[in-house]
This record gives sequence, structure tokens and C-alpha cells, in this order.
Amino acid sequence: MIRMENIHKSFGNNHVLRGMTLEVEKGTSMVIIGGSGTGKSVALKIILGLIKPDSGRILVDGKDAATGDRDAFLARFGMLFQGGALFDSLSVWQNVAFRLLRGSLKRPPEEARAVAIEKLRRVGLKPEVADLFPAELSGGMQKRVGLARAIAAEPEIIFFDEPTTGLDPIMSGVINELIREIVVEMGATAITITHDMTSVRAIADNVAMLHDGVIKWTGPVSEMDNSGDPYLDQFIHGRAEGPIEAVR
Amino acid sequence: MNPIAALERLGHATLGSLALVGRMTIFALSAFSHILRPPFYPREIAMALLNIGWLSLPVVGLTAIFTGGALALQIYAGGSRFNAESVVPQIVAIGMVRELGPVLVGLMIAARVTSSIAAEIATMKVTEQIDALVTLSTHPVKYLIAPRVLAALVMVPFLVGVGDVIGIAGGYAVGVQNLGFNAAAYLQNTVDFLEMRDVVSSLAKGAAFGVIAALMGCYYGMESGRGAQGVGRATKGSVEAAAILILAANFVLTGVFFSL
Repeated sequence: MIRMENIHKSFGNNHVLRGMTLEVEKGTSMVIIGGSGTGKSVALKIILGLIKPDSGRILVDGKDAATGDRDAFLARFGMLFQGGALFDSLSVWQNVAFRLLRGSLKRPPEEARAVAIEKLRRVGLKPEVADLFPAELSGGMQKRVGLARAIAAEPEIIFFDEPTTGLDPIMSGVINELIREIVVEMGATAITITHDMTSVRAIADNVAMLHDGVIKWTGPVSEMDNSGDPYLDQFIHGRAEGPIEAVR
Repeated sequence: MNPIAALERLGHATLGSLALVGRMTIFALSAFSHILRPPFYPREIAMALLNIGWLSLPVVGLTAIFTGGALALQIYAGGSRFNAESVVPQIVAIGMVRELGPVLVGLMIAARVTSSIAAEIATMKVTEQIDALVTLSTHPVKYLIAPRVLAALVMVPFLVGVGDVIGIAGGYAVGVQNLGFNAAAYLQNTVDFLEMRDVVSSLAKGAAFGVIAALMGCYYGMESGRGAQGVGRATKGSVEAAAILILAANFVLTGVFFSL
């Protein structure tokens, strides 16, 4: 289980998170929604320790994430970044097998390559893609390679940062399905952040709405449409009028 | 202007500069500590050696040969005013090895290597590749910075050595072809007047300038702001800082080697 406890984070005068508290049960898929600039990505990066919170703490399976062996902690996570964040200087298979080519999970190169090709196949890419470089791929293919990299070391917890941004509706559908299948298949705990309501319905077990630095509403995706929460209601229906100011 | 406001600005600027020096020092110490501690990344080190050393050879060679040739012409023309034309081989050798070789190679490395490191790392930061490295249990300083600083520490003295030799060769070619020097006598004078400490100082300056060039590229890259403008600023800042620090370090090292 992942628990964010009263997290505060400011950048200068911009108070992004103002006491965010959220629990994600083991083996479930949580989707965090909210407007641009509300701190969704910051929240994910705080869990991973990429950004230090001003106050509050992160508990993973009851243990404080700020203490203990950092490598062992990170080895439990996989992350799909918004733009893919593939390493330009490495080929596709070397990107996917990055963790398997170095560090504590190191395997012989042939074995790592075989795992990479298997993961590429899992996300619908042919083995021929393995030796290409990221710059030679389309946006959708880059997302899929990023997804293959995120699952290559079979992590227990996977984060997806805006997995469908910039993709056409069909490719978005493909990525949503893949995420859902992989999360179910691996039994992983997943946190996804997105604006895309189609993604929310395809991926989520539970939904949390982040606004003004706090979670305004959280609950099962099945209750999202009848929540009675004016913030959530305005967001999921994309209305300009409501408690959330359209001009921020 | 209000004197209190002026004082306040001066204070802010001083504190800002001191904080920058502090951050750079911590960054440099962190880079060196990662050079010494495993795990090591041989592929990254090999790539850095190739990029910083081998691929810089053409630009270093061309810079050195033209500078050596021009130096010979200048010394001949200047020396002829007081009947000192014959010192061309000695002054070219000493000038290239002690001063022009290391400084020009250092500045060319700042232009070629510092800018490229800063732009590459800044782009990686902007596109979240640095964050991705962390999530893949890889320390960015160990993976990106330590190999580049190590490669610069090893390869820039080598480039300076090559630059010194090519610069002297440029002076020799001009001296023998254009200025009528005897080839054997030119070489003999060059060898006779060069001392070991000239060569040691040249290579030591190369090592220092290499470390400065790589560190500034890495530091400004890692501290880059967002977007294309952030990458542009990081690249510009890194080259400015590297060039100024190289010239300042040259002054200090020249004092250490030749004034004490």
C-alpha cells in the first residue's frame, strides 16, 4: 500500500501541494485527475523521491520511503514518463533492458536483449524495432517503448504520467488497454495521472481528484459520475462554469 | 539611487555569487567521489574518451598549427626591430608549450566539449531523462558526470601535448619555408631551450582546464531551466563560465609554476 500523508510542497510562492493525503491499496489502479499545473506530476515525483516535500511523509507498505535502502526502494518501481524519456544515445532494446544491463539486476547482454524483445512484443512492437534509436520512432511507438521499459524488471508498483497525451484516439485506446492488461496480469499497484477521461474509465479502479493542492474527492471509478462533488462533476464533464476557475 | 537599495543589491549579488561557488564546489566534490567509487560504467567512459579526446583532435590540430605559424611570423617581424630574429624557434617552443598550447586547447575544448555536454545534459533534464535514470536505480552523477570529468582529466592533457607538438611544427614549417631558418638548427634550438617544467606545466594546465570544461558543461546542464530557452541559457552559461575559469586558472597556474 502507498500512503501520502499531509504532503506540502511549494516552489517559491507557488504552493502546489497543501496537505495532500491519499491511499492506494496494493494491487489496485488509482488514477489521479486534475487540471494542468495542480501538482499531479509533482505528487508522483515526491513518492519516488525525485522531489523532496516541504513536509509530510510517504509510506510504502507501512515503511517511510525517506529511510532505508534507496536502490531497493526504487527497484520496486517502474515509471512511464509523459514524453517517454527514452535515452537518445541508446537503442530501443538497450533502453528497455536498461535496468537489466547494470546494477543489482544485471544479467548477461544476450539474456537482457531477449527480455527486452519479449517486453517489446508484449506492448505490440516487433523485434525489428529493437535495434532502432528513439528518434526513429513515432510518438505512439516511443510511448510503447517507455511502457516496455517500465515493466522490464517486473516492478510491483508502476506509475504512468499522462500516458495518452499527444496520441491519436486509436493509439490512446491501444495504450489504455495495454496499461490495464499489464497491471492486471502483473498484479501491480498502479498510479496514473491524466486529463483524459477515456483513460480514467479504461484504467482506473479508483479515482482521486486533485485541486488546490488537496484531494477534493476520491472513490471507486463506478461512483465517479454520481459523486455529487461539484469539482469532480465540472472536471469530468469539461464545463467552463463551476467552482474550478477556467482561467488559472 | 537609494544607497540602502544599492547596498541591498550588492549584498544579494555577493550572496548569489558565493552560493554559486558553493554549489559548484559541492557538485565537483560529488563528481570526484563518484569517479572513485564503483559501480563504474565502462561504455560511458569509453564514449566520453572518444568524444572529448579523439574527436577533438582535428579542431585542436588546426588551431595549433595556425597559431604556431602565426607566432613564428610575429616573433620574426617583432624581433627584427631589435635584431632578435634568430629567437623564433625558442620563443615559439616556449610560447606554445607554456601558454598558447594549453590556453587555446582549453578554450577550444570549452567551445566544443563544454557546450555539447551542457546542451546534451540540459536536454536530458528537460525531457525527464535524468528523472528516468533515477527511477531506473542509476545515479545521474555517476552515469553522466563522472565519466565525462574523468575523460576530460585524461584526454585534455593529451590534446594539449598534441597541440604543443603541432604548434611547434607550424612554427617550424613557417620558419624553414618562409623565414629562411635552417631545419636542423631550428629543431636543435627548440629542443635545447625547452625545459621539463615547461612540459609538465603544459600538461598540468591541460588537466585542470579539462576538468573545468567538463564540470562546467555538466553543472550548467544539470541546473538547466525548462524548455529550449533553458537549454540555450545552460549552454551559453557553461561556455562563459568555462572560458573565464580556464583563463583565471591559467593565471594562477602560471604563477605557481613560474613565479614561485
